[in-house]
Order: sequence, then C-alpha cells, then structure tokens
Amino acid sequence: MTEPLPGAAGRPGLQAHAPEVSAARARRWGAFYYAEQVLRVMKGYTWSIVMYSVGQPVAYLFAMGVGLATLVDTGNGAFGGVSYLAFIAPALLVSAAVMTAANEFTFPIMDGFKWRRIYYGPHASPLAPQQIAAGQIIAVTLRLLLQSAIYFAAVALFGAAPSGWGWASVLVATLTGLAFGLPLMAYSASITEDKGQFALVMRFIVMPLFLFSGTFFPLDNLPPAVRWVGWISPIWHGTELGRVFSFGYQEPPLLTVLHLAVLAGLVVLGWILTRRRFALRLGQ
Amino acid sequence: MNRPTVISARNLTKAYGDLTAVDNISFDVPAGESFGLLGPNGAGKSTTMKMIGGVSQRTSGSLSIMGLDPETHGPEVRAHLGVVPQQDNLDEELRVRDNLLVYGRYFGLPMSYLKPKADELLKFAQLTDKAKSKVDALSGGMKRRLTIARSLINEPRILLLDEPTTGLDPQARHILWDRLFRLKEQGVTLILTTHYMDEAEQLCDRLIVVDKGRIMAEGSPAQLIREHSTREVVELRFGSERNATIGSQLEGIGERLEVLPDRVLMYAHDGESALEQVSARGLRPLTSLVRRSSLEDVFLRLTGRSLVD
Repeated sequence: MTEPLPGAAGRPGLQAHAPEVSAARARRWGAFYYAEQVLRVMKGYTWSIVMYSVGQPVAYLFAMGVGLATLVDTGNGAFGGVSYLAFIAPALLVSAAVMTAANEFTFPIMDGFKWRRIYYGPHASPLAPQQIAAGQIIAVTLRLLLQSAIYFAAVALFGAAPSGWGWASVLVATLTGLAFGLPLMAYSASITEDKGQFALVMRFIVMPLFLFSGTFFPLDNLPPAVRWVGWISPIWHGTELGRVFSFGYQEPPLLTVLHLAVLAGLVVLGWILTRRRFALRLGQ
Repeated sequence: MNRPTVISARNLTKAYGDLTAVDNISFDVPAGESFGLLGPNGAGKSTTMKMIGGVSQRTSGSLSIMGLDPETHGPEVRAHLGVVPQQDNLDEELRVRDNLLVYGRYFGLPMSYLKPKADELLKFAQLTDKAKSKVDALSGGMKRRLTIARSLINEPRILLLDEPTTGLDPQARHILWDRLFRLKEQGVTLILTTHYMDEAEQLCDRLIVVDKGRIMAEGSPAQLIREHSTREVVELRFGSERNATIGSQLEGIGERLEVLPDRVLMYAHDGESALEQVSARGLRPLTSLVRRSSLEDVFLRLTGRSLVD
C-alpha cells in the first residue's frame, strides 16, 4: 500500500497550524465553531424548517384570524381596539417560537449526551463544555430569528401588524423562545434516563401555557384563580410585549419593563444553569 | 536516544464517591513511544485516558501533557491531542467527509486546509469512496476508521485510543492495526488502552498492566512475559469435571500450575518435554496444546484472573 500518509509526511504545503493557535482560536471563537456544526446539521432539514415556519402561521392565521374572527365581537374594545387577527398575531408568533424552542432544547440535548453522544466529540477537542452549550444556543437563536421573521412576514401580509414597530415582535418572539427554552435546556441536560419526560413537558407545560397565556383572549377574561398561569408564563410576557410593538397595545409602561425583565431574567438564569449542567455532565 | 517526555503522571488518583477508579498511578511516556494500558473492563483505563485527554478532573496527584496541566490548560492540552473514544460519537446526521470538516473547525482550522486534508485522511482510512455516504451506512470497522481519521484532522503528535478495536471482526482489526502502525512509524505518540493481549503485543513498545485502578507491572511485552511467565505454556483439557481433581496429579511438572475451570495451564520452559511427562504419568488429556507465553498469562499471574471474563 503506497497511499500518502497524513501528517508531516503528507502533501507538502498542507500543514495544520500549531496547537497553540488552535487553543487560542477555540478559547475565543469556540461557541461559534460549535454553532456552525449545529447549523450544518439543521441545513439537512432546512425544508422542514421553512415549511414549518410558513405553514404553521398561515394555517393558524386562517383558522383563528379569519375563521374564528368572524364570530368574535371586537366592537367593545376587549381586544385592545384592533381586529381579532391583529390581536392574536403576536401571540401566535411568540407561541410558535416557544414550540420550536421546546423541540430544539429537548430531544437534541438528549441526543448530545445520551442517544448518539454527539457532545463527546467536540468535548475532546479544544472546546469547553460551556462553549458547546453556547454554540447550541446560538444556532437555535438563529433558527428562531429566521422562523419568526418568516412568520412576521406572513402576519404583515395578512395586514395584522398595524404598527411601524411590528418587526420588533420578531425579536420578542426569539427572546421568549429562549426564556422558555434555556431553563428547559438545563433540565434536558440533567436527564440521564429517558422516561418520556419530554412528552410530559409538551402536554402539561407547553400546551397549558399556550392556552392560558392570554393567547386567544385577554388574560383578564380568565377567573382570578387561574390567572397566575399567565403571570408566570413566558408566553404571556412575550405575547403582551409583542402586542405593544405590533399594534401599540396600551398597558402601564412599568408592566412593559416587567415583561422584558422577566424574559431577560429567565434567559440569564437558564443560560447559567445550562452552562453548569454541561460542565458537570461532560466533566464526569 | 533521549526523547522528551510528553506525558507525565504522578500519583494520579480519581475517585467517584467511594469508588477509587484510578488509584495512585505514576508513569512517563516519551515522545514517539507506543504506550499501552492493559487491563480488564473496569480497571480504570478509560478514566485514566479521560484525565490525559483533559476532559475529566483528577481527584489528586499531578499530570502533565506537553508540559501543561490539563486542568488549567484544557484547550491547550486538547489542541495537542487526537482522541479516539471507546464509543464512536460521530455525527450520524452529517456525511462522512463533513464529519471531518466540522471536527477540524473546532480547532479553528480554515476550510482551505480542511478540504484537502479531509480527502487525504479519507484515503488514509480507506474511505474515499464513502466520502458522501451517511455515517449510518458504514460498518463498525469503517466507523472506527473514520473516527481515527477525524482524530488526525489537527495533525496531533499524540493520539489517544481507548479500546480502538473492541467489537470489530478480525479483518477489520488488522486493517486498523496497520493504520496505527503507520502513524507510529511517523513518530506519533500512541497511548492506547486495550483488554486484548494480542493488540497490546502488536502495537505497544511498553505497557502498564492495570487492575482495580493500580499498576500491577510495567515494561515491554517481551520483558513482562520474561519476568512474570515461563517461555512456554501447556494447555490441557481434561473435561470440565476433572480439571480441578487432576490438578494435584500434575504437581512437579513445569514451573507452575494454574487450574482454571475449563483447562489446566502448565508453565514450563520446554512445553514439549512437560507434555511428555504428563503422558509418562499415565494422564490422558482430551486436548493438549503447547504455545508461547502471552500477556494473558502475565495478567493471570499478576491478578489470578483472566483479562476477558
């Protein structure tokens, strides 16, 4: 066998940079290197991401905003003084981001640690566990931004984003996705045995939050006894914030600040917990 | 030849709660050596490898890789290494060649280097015609070779191989050994764990025999056999019922006797003449075999147990 050997005896001129350079670059850009890999994998299912991003809003906007809206009386100003479609559009945008985050921060995390142990590959490279976590988060953030932008374009086409600030709901949706997703990611990273926890999360956390977060009707319409579901729900905070940008929904400015603070706080908390989990689990 | 030390461990210890997986071991590996950790499953080999690989924190002792402490200089240490883990962790959603490109990016290597390098490594791993295949479509041996190719993407001078051929058929193992031998010829330092004595004999210049987290012996394969065993071994089978009872009738033949449930091992410098003595005593084994001593015998001698249970 006479094929060329890798390394020093290989092709002249083809040489890797020194390990010191690798380490310095990884320390600086490691999270982005890992994000690159996640995006490369996502590229494999671009089609389903786009279909999901376009198909879901169109279906929901038609069913709720056009169909259901004909039965909803908006005359009394119960929906912030805008059409029912304009009222639910930011909520659907936010909810879609949360659903995507709920998927992206559960099964792929389990895949990384347990099923196909994908994280253990980069873990042996100069990347640190925290960078692997950050890379995954960066990639999903980009997906959320893209999906929300497509969703928003559909909403705008339906004429359901009257305010000039409507585009900011794309950022709100992404932030909400992360606010819900990062604490969930920390939880996913702590699961060692798959006992169907993710199905329970979807059924008993994501769905109730979706239904009782002021998505389809203002939270005030709920009996006081269950209104708290909305208050603790990132979807409610995101939805209300989205409405402020999307059609100038009137609420006390302090409340708007509170929505932002809750969402940002959950992102920070989730990120810290996730970093810790990744370092602990990969460093065992 | 005075080669610089690339790996140095002193009183290295790793405990998980009450379990001490690695118990106070010390060793040095000079550049270019092929160094093995031989021991049964659960001996602490993989844990030692993880500490060398800078992915697991030690409990006590000191460790230096290329003069760096993996605990304080994790990325720097890992940038020097190529790692072939016990369990393949290739990205099965990516194609074969993409696995190499993506991995190279973790080292900050540019695509202008990675693309030709990936092709070169695929050739080395005899996977050129599989470049565009999905990883799932590869056989176990091919996945192993791809993992080795991946570990070489950064041109490491130290390669860590954790049980590189476990689960492979004999032919796949020989192909892999050949590839590893080529790397060794190029001066790459190989650190490998194995519980296969033939693998250790084929690939290692020097090895440590580990059991229950401790080093039982250290030396070259030939040296270990010379020190801990006789030149030859006679394997006798009298049937599982009789092996134990017949043991006493073999006393005095050869240097040492080892009675196992399935066979009796008789250690002697001259196996044939030992076998003649067995016949002279009127004993008729069902099967008999004279062979050279191996590392398996060394392990049995040192621990009283076989390598593969």
